[in-house]
Amino acid sequence: MLEAVSIIKGALPYLLAGSLITAGIVIGAMALGLVLGLSMAVGQVYGGNALKRALGTYVWFFQGVPILVLLFLFYFGVFHYMGLNLSAVAAVTIVLGMTTAAYQANIFRGAILALPQGQFKAASTLGMSDIQTILTIILPQALRLSIPAWSNEFSIVLKDSALAFVLGAPEIMARAKFVASRTYQHLPIYIIAGLIYFILTWAGVRALAKLEKTVRIPGYSNKGM
Amino acid sequence: MTRQNPILRVENITKSFGGEPILKGVNLSLGKGEIKILIGPSGGGKSTFLQCMNCLISPDSGKYWLEEKPVDITSKKVLYHYRQQVGMIFQDFNLFDHLTALDNVTLALRKVKGMDKKAAARRAMTELSQVGLEDKIRLYPAELSGGQKQRVAIARALAMDPKVLLLDEPTSALDPDLTGEVIDVIRNLAKKGMTMVMATHQISLIRTLADEILFMEAGFVVEQGSPKALLVPGTRSQGFCDKLNSLSGEGPE
Amino acid sequence: MISPFFQELLEALNRGLIMSMALILPSAAGGVLVGIMAGCLRAFGDTFFRKICDTYAAIFRGTPLVVQLFILYFGLPNIGIYLTPYAAAVTGFILCSGAYQSEYVRGALLAIKRNQYLGAQALGLTKFQSIFWIIVPQAMRKALPGCGNEVIYLIKYSSLAYIVTFMELTGEGKTLATEYFRFTEVFAVIGLYYLALVSMAIFVLKKIEKTLHIPGFGKG
Repeated sequence: MLEAVSIIKGALPYLLAGSLITAGIVIGAMALGLVLGLSMAVGQVYGGNALKRALGTYVWFFQGVPILVLLFLFYFGVFHYMGLNLSAVAAVTIVLGMTTAAYQANIFRGAILALPQGQFKAASTLGMSDIQTILTIILPQALRLSIPAWSNEFSIVLKDSALAFVLGAPEIMARAKFVASRTYQHLPIYIIAGLIYFILTWAGVRALAKLEKTVRIPGYSNKGM
Repeated sequence: MTRQNPILRVENITKSFGGEPILKGVNLSLGKGEIKILIGPSGGGKSTFLQCMNCLISPDSGKYWLEEKPVDITSKKVLYHYRQQVGMIFQDFNLFDHLTALDNVTLALRKVKGMDKKAAARRAMTELSQVGLEDKIRLYPAELSGGQKQRVAIARALAMDPKVLLLDEPTSALDPDLTGEVIDVIRNLAKKGMTMVMATHQISLIRTLADEILFMEAGFVVEQGSPKALLVPGTRSQGFCDKLNSLSGEGPE
Repeated sequence: MISPFFQELLEALNRGLIMSMALILPSAAGGVLVGIMAGCLRAFGDTFFRKICDTYAAIFRGTPLVVQLFILYFGLPNIGIYLTPYAAAVTGFILCSGAYQSEYVRGALLAIKRNQYLGAQALGLTKFQSIFWIIVPQAMRKALPGCGNEVIYLIKYSSLAYIVTFMELTGEGKTLATEYFRFTEVFAVIGLYYLALVSMAIFVLKKIEKTLHIPGFGKG
């Protein structure tokens, strides 16, 4: 017991340093997912049929294949095949980003479709172009409506990032595994790792709830969703 | 009337939805300062026609002239420019829900007319005080009453200096006690010579404001003429107004 | 004619597929069962059970599944409990999936308006009858899309069993891919296997939802 405590004490800074890498992966993936997902959602709502079908296929693929398989497929397969020499951290960030993009596209698409049609019409009658309308009227509202679902998506990506160790990215899980295999204190080490993830999830969700409050508009809510 | 020099003219507008014809060839010619009022049973095509007039719904066929110049509505650029000059007021206001009353008015001034922030705010203030809302500019749509929302919507449209204003049943989504404030604003516009096409069920507006009444039914204009000519016993229009009267309890004026 | 490599691949993957099904089916059933029990307790239980179940759900939803599997498979031996890879995987899947399921069940139960219950009481139904005949049939329909989605997640996350050395679809494929160094083809084919599984599950769920559909229910 005492031995376990001293091992944990020694390992904690090492694990916490790993959480910085986890944070980097998650923030990078969420940002990539935001940019890709928003563009795809706009394409899925306002695009032509061919575009809609292509985006639908993308979403179908990334939502249907396990993240573990996607990591292997892209890191050892596709990226390698394309001649990209990516670090494990970069590869994980990109794959998680592409995957969450599919889910985020669905979130944003749902939010755009939940807006009253009159919002677009009203902007059109003022002579605003379609792009201006999407950027200044539709997206600011859709993004606000999306925050709760986006926060949920964040916690999923954070937990998925724990699979990065299979490619050798030195994040929390890889470090926990390393310490555990050297000290044989598997149980306490993995519990500590779990605790770190728990706190990270909690902190992120809290921060996003705060953001939702900050950008909230009086009397306007996502009661329709 | 300035029938020789119409400010806005549309011809032979047709539109079907899912094979169901809603507009079967409607014409309208509007002189400067003229007010035309569309009446008729719901489903008769009034709202579709108004929305076709500035191509919110693109018509299946139809020709457009603004100040006698043909408008090519297939060109997005031309269409955006055309819409700036033809304002529209909706039944359900359609204020931008994420913007304050002031920003609802300034947004298009800045994005479409390219005004700077200050100039846009000044202009918006002028329009908002015209409709009596100078003390509500910081409020969001959800914090305004229906009548106040509609007045912001009118200020928003007027700020763009439209040559024509289309109004689609501007008071029908309002509680009866809130229609008065919106009607007053519309009367004021009429007094100042605003050119308007309005669909409405407000008898008082029909009688007192209309230069011409168009009775629409089943996708056609079936009667057309001045209130004096049309609101006489035996016409469809008079029959329709009688029905409105008995429904609203509003006695003949 | 398919090449010997692909023949070997398909054989291995089909073997893995059976193992995956052996993981997914009991885990899905167990997860739903645990989810319903925990969800009911979280919605209607007394403070003690509610607190326990809330904590359970928070822990399993707040940590990665792979951490849970590592604790079950590598961690428990520290205190003298040894699980086979299969037992560890299924236990982890049931507990994790049950935590998520309980969220949907709880939400659905709480969303049923109180006047439904009052209406039943007014007709003289007992508490149990009211819950069983009025609340549950409505809650089931409300919870179904979320619970179904969770089963689809479970299908995909069953691939994590490979990490605790259980040779299912992903594990079989990974072994072969490493042996022949043909990652793209192998993982693309594995992807198709999972897509087929997920699509089938979605199809079945849609069928169930359609069967249970009540006009106008679930809006607003």
